[in-house]
Amino acid sequence: MPFDYAPAPESRSIVDIESNYGLFIGGSFIEPTSGGFFKTINPATEEVLSEVAEAGQADVDAAVAAARRAYDKTWSKMSGKDRAKYIFRIARLIQERSRELAVLETLDNGKPIRESRDVDLPLVAAHFFYHAGWADKLEFAGYGPDPKSLGVAAQVIPWNFPLLMLAWKVAPALACGNTVVLKPAETTPLTALAFADICQQAGLPPGVVNIITGAGETGRMLVEHPDVDKVAFTGSTEVGKAIQRAVAGTKKKLTLELGGKAANIVFDDAPIDQAIEGIVNGIYFNQGHVCCAGSRLLLQESVADEALASLKRRLTTLRLGDPLDKNTDIGAINSSMQLSKIEELTASGEAEGAERWSPTCAIPDKGFWFPPTVFTNVTQAHRIAREEIFGPVLSVLTFRTPEEAVAKANNTPFGLSAGIWTEKGSRILWMANQMRAGIVWANTFNRFDPTSPFGGFKESGFGREGGVQGLGAYLNVEDPS
Amino acid sequence: MSRVDVRKTHKLFIGGAFPRSESGRTYEVTDSKEQFLANMALASRKDARDAVLAARSAVAKWSSATAYNRGQVLYRIAEVMEGRREQFISEVSDSEGVSSRKAGAHVDAAIDRWVWYAGWADKYAQVIGNTNPVAGPFFNFSVPEPTGVVAAVAPQDASVLGLVSVVAPIIVTGNAVIVMPSSSRPIPAITLAECLATSDVPAGVVNILTGAPAEVMPWLAEHADVNALDLTGIVDEGVAADLERSAAGTVKRVRGAAPHADWQATPSLSRMRAFVEVKTVWHPMGV
Repeated sequence: MPFDYAPAPESRSIVDIESNYGLFIGGSFIEPTSGGFFKTINPATEEVLSEVAEAGQADVDAAVAAARRAYDKTWSKMSGKDRAKYIFRIARLIQERSRELAVLETLDNGKPIRESRDVDLPLVAAHFFYHAGWADKLEFAGYGPDPKSLGVAAQVIPWNFPLLMLAWKVAPALACGNTVVLKPAETTPLTALAFADICQQAGLPPGVVNIITGAGETGRMLVEHPDVDKVAFTGSTEVGKAIQRAVAGTKKKLTLELGGKAANIVFDDAPIDQAIEGIVNGIYFNQGHVCCAGSRLLLQESVADEALASLKRRLTTLRLGDPLDKNTDIGAINSSMQLSKIEELTASGEAEGAERWSPTCAIPDKGFWFPPTVFTNVTQAHRIAREEIFGPVLSVLTFRTPEEAVAKANNTPFGLSAGIWTEKGSRILWMANQMRAGIVWANTFNRFDPTSPFGGFKESGFGREGGVQGLGAYLNVEDPS
Repeated sequence: MSRVDVRKTHKLFIGGAFPRSESGRTYEVTDSKEQFLANMALASRKDARDAVLAARSAVAKWSSATAYNRGQVLYRIAEVMEGRREQFISEVSDSEGVSSRKAGAHVDAAIDRWVWYAGWADKYAQVIGNTNPVAGPFFNFSVPEPTGVVAAVAPQDASVLGLVSVVAPIIVTGNAVIVMPSSSRPIPAITLAECLATSDVPAGVVNILTGAPAEVMPWLAEHADVNALDLTGIVDEGVAADLERSAAGTVKRVRGAAPHADWQATPSLSRMRAFVEVKTVWHPMGV
């Protein structure tokens, strides 16, 4: 008789969601002049969680003006030592409230509580802690004796790691002396609004951080605002290209962190069980809503059958369901729109001749769900091998020689990440050298740390987040000569 | 009638505990007007050897803690010191004979120094380590590692700011320290010990011996389980030279005397660099 897990739901009583939220401008929540609000839902239940303001042009103007005032009057004049203290306070407040923020993230995003609690929130706090320390040490970062801030940063972030992407944007911007206007994704605004409360608790001077909610149109107004000095965007390659066009011809500095189609390459000498865990983590972590996901699995032919059998056996043990349940591995797809996109691309995979497989798993009645899926017999011409699916869908290809693996791995317009699985150290380093990708994981995957720069080659964007290199995105590093 | 206050017994700080000197000795400390302040423990050779044992036992765990963890522990020291700010100010003011305002500036700078070094925990390796583009198919990188156990003498004048300025850069990189605070102004050092004892700093990472550096330091300079000396607070050049000569017996790293440095100035990387070893790793690259 198979044993089953008893439900182990995390309590949601720790969060206190208000019925509606205004815009966080100049240190307080204000009503949008547009008067418009939109709903944000729990994608696992379709329950409406709250209504948030839709920022229009006048609101964007007000937010940028507040950021400019704060930059001119306080933040750019404050010593690095004092900026550091505010950012340390924020890091500590996030640690103190991390369970609350994890539950809120899971409710609004659909990701398993195990991930929001054990991955997202610890990284969020760490990111602020790390960058706090840089605020008074910028002269040691290799950008000259007295590196200067840029000014007002316009930041637009995605829905896959809402608070973590906020941290990646806000922490370095503040550490380097900039003020920010941040727009969270329209489907996941709640933790950014909770962060506004944290800024208040930290006593951060008004206007240093402004958070405006809205959809793509609000984001467009923000990045096109003439009084913005810096634009930072994480999201789709398509929108990233539009932003690069919009910024062209202005003096704005730009960094983009866009899509990916990472190859996860398994050689015949790899420790297979460890590799399978890495493959599963690489593509099914966060429902595959990960720009650096290992969405193309390249198996060396001699171990392909064995590895596939292991992978399928492992996938039958994944638990899909209530994201608040501490035993859940796969949560909800973030939105019906994203679900449609995944369904469309997987249908194309079948239509183009690839072979589809999913473990049998019960799909809840309400909410947006997609089972973990594997495609075999995939060719490099298939859309599922070329386009970013951003869902729990793995495309499997094979190779015979390291050179063939390199050619296939690099055969993509993207270049965000790559994975290498082999016991041979010299091969890891040779392969890492050959990869046209910003992050290379060897015998591991999806590792993140604030000290480690993250960002892509090619159409996966430019600029880095984290580490010493990440500071360059928020400092005036251009030397006219 | 005014209340009769309860006065503190000042003891050593070794391995996270507060023992009296094994020798049973104490010495009298007065304020700047020669008025009695306290009897301090007068550390002996045996106390120094106990402290080395405690420091050595602490090194393995402290140096293998993540840099992020060490940074948070140092930051926690600042948090706890901030809560005792008034106590430090009055002790510094009494010991050094300076105004509360000047003492306050010293104490604030000491707290802020912990914050400054806390931020370095996960950054100094990024600034002083590097990859090396060797001419061949190798991946080659150099990383700093802690030296081990450091015996230090804090400055005699700046009783709390000088002490923090010496201790923080030694421990942030993963070393353990045995430090002798100002002999004539040791009281704030014991208050700092109480902060360290309640700040998640593992026992033995910082050990504080009050007493006479000229008596105790020669034993530490010769001790084979001490890896480095920080002679910052040694005023007498002859004593410093003798200690440097003793250090040669086990090739200890020595940072020289600098008894009158400007402790209010923002430090450089120099103190952290003094107590790390650079390790370089070669690995072939090829199919």
